[in-house]
Amino acid sequence: MKHAVHHRGTDDPCQECLVGFGPEKIREDFPALSVTVHGKPLVYLDNAATTQKPQVVIDALTRYYTQENSNVHRGVHFLSQVATQAYDGGRTRVRRFLNAAHDHEIVFTRGTTDGINLVAQSYGRKHFRAGDDVIITAMEHHSNIVPWQMICDEKRTNLKVVPITDAGELRLAEYERMFTDRTKLVAVVHVSNALGTVNPVREMIALAHKRGVPVLVDGAQSIPHMPVDVQDLDCDFYAFSGHKLFGPTGIGVLYGKAELLEAMPPYQGGGDMISAVTFEKTIYNTLPYKFEAGTPHIAGVIGLATAIEYVERIGRNQIAAYEADLLAYGTELLSAIPGLRLVGTAKDKAGVLSFVVDGIHAHDIGTILDMEGVAVRAGHHCAMPVMKRFGLPATARASVAFYNTRADMDALAKAIHKAIEVFA
Amino acid sequence: MSDLRELYQEVILDHYKRPRNFQKLDGANRHAEGHNPLCGDQITVYLHMDGDVIREISFQGAGCAISQSAASLMTTTLKGKTKAEAEELFKKFHEMVTGDGGAADPMELGKLAVFCGVSEFPVRVKCASLPWHTMRAALEGADDAVSTE
Repeated sequence: MKHAVHHRGTDDPCQECLVGFGPEKIREDFPALSVTVHGKPLVYLDNAATTQKPQVVIDALTRYYTQENSNVHRGVHFLSQVATQAYDGGRTRVRRFLNAAHDHEIVFTRGTTDGINLVAQSYGRKHFRAGDDVIITAMEHHSNIVPWQMICDEKRTNLKVVPITDAGELRLAEYERMFTDRTKLVAVVHVSNALGTVNPVREMIALAHKRGVPVLVDGAQSIPHMPVDVQDLDCDFYAFSGHKLFGPTGIGVLYGKAELLEAMPPYQGGGDMISAVTFEKTIYNTLPYKFEAGTPHIAGVIGLATAIEYVERIGRNQIAAYEADLLAYGTELLSAIPGLRLVGTAKDKAGVLSFVVDGIHAHDIGTILDMEGVAVRAGHHCAMPVMKRFGLPATARASVAFYNTRADMDALAKAIHKAIEVFA
Repeated sequence: MSDLRELYQEVILDHYKRPRNFQKLDGANRHAEGHNPLCGDQITVYLHMDGDVIREISFQGAGCAISQSAASLMTTTLKGKTKAEAEELFKKFHEMVTGDGGAADPMELGKLAVFCGVSEFPVRVKCASLPWHTMRAALEGADDAVSTE
């Protein structure tokens, strides 16, 4: 951890950090950024799909499997204690990262999708009734639509959708008007993966709480780009994925307020989530273990905790400031390309440049950019209702992380020009 | 650029920009729909069959350059062919774009040989083959929509 490290465990920006924020140094920490693609250096702009991993995360996984591998919360033997300590320590690190009040409010999941399904199947199953309402928005990822549709179908609960403007911003006045005395939950994305819009979730949560309605925030795309304080937001649930935060795939976090989690039934049954089992009756374990049935993804937690430590050392305020500058630069560059239209032009955006080019399908843009070494996503971004809203079958999407540079944006623009040339 | 030109040959770009037989076919007695949910490509193929012979063929749809030009070139190739000849062309075309062709002679495919570059782009094989799968569904008179997934 020799690069870009000035202080541990704090997000306070210091002058030294702002001056010292050097992506070229940071890039050395990410081995995958040095690969070549079709004989060209990789320009990785698909960070909204998944991020690359710093060497410290890769090393942490290797160390766990080579020196510490053991199951947690089971054995009295040495390795089991080491693994348990690392696993529980990971929970504490996540709790601090989110500024949650208690470690037991942090539930480890497989990812954002798993966390949302947990809330839908546990909280939703217990509280939703026929004729009740759940509010989501028109810019949700499928993972924050389908779990609600499934439980709403079962319970004959209505799913209401907050519309969006042509710029890709939520119509907040309509959101406010949607509440009734039958509204049971709001589920909203913090940052849209397809449009980059940063939603005013703090205000939306305050509005919901005035009516006594809890709010789940899909944090998959906000956690890599900005400081997140769950107590300041006052969200009731916040879900994110480790792999979008420079950690391993298959590990995620669901934060939930303790009093809500306490009152929720288990999501899955099995080992670790019980304190006593007989054939007559099972007594469930306490939080957070009640929601973590079976042997957990121990290596994933260790990798995620290491990734969080890495991000904290760089500093989330510094990351946000650097990426805002990069996004502004990219926006200007792409806007100047004739025939290119940005999809998602909200005032407050993070991480994402979604676009279409006249006469060239997004899929063809994706292929041509790839031949130039530029990795972007082309398609509907698991947000088909967003594509439908904008009347598009697909967009091309460049999405940044703090290791991207203005040179990456230049390469993107150059490759788009090449695509236009091919199709001229 | 040479690899790109191999995929996006002039003929392909020409058929993308000016698709042939791009209309609903009056008098069609078979039709089928196909779509690729991954990229949103969708296509409808119309056939006017006279016994076993494809008298007329047309298509409508929206999608990438590969899928739309493949559909356009397919319609220009299949007009007047028998069902058996169409099936044989599909087989050869499919072998070419998937790279499973072995010793297949691209000359047998005529204009369709412009899609030989697709085999270098595995994720684009579905784009090129979608119109053909849809055409086969129409030949069979299947009512279900064809999906690449």
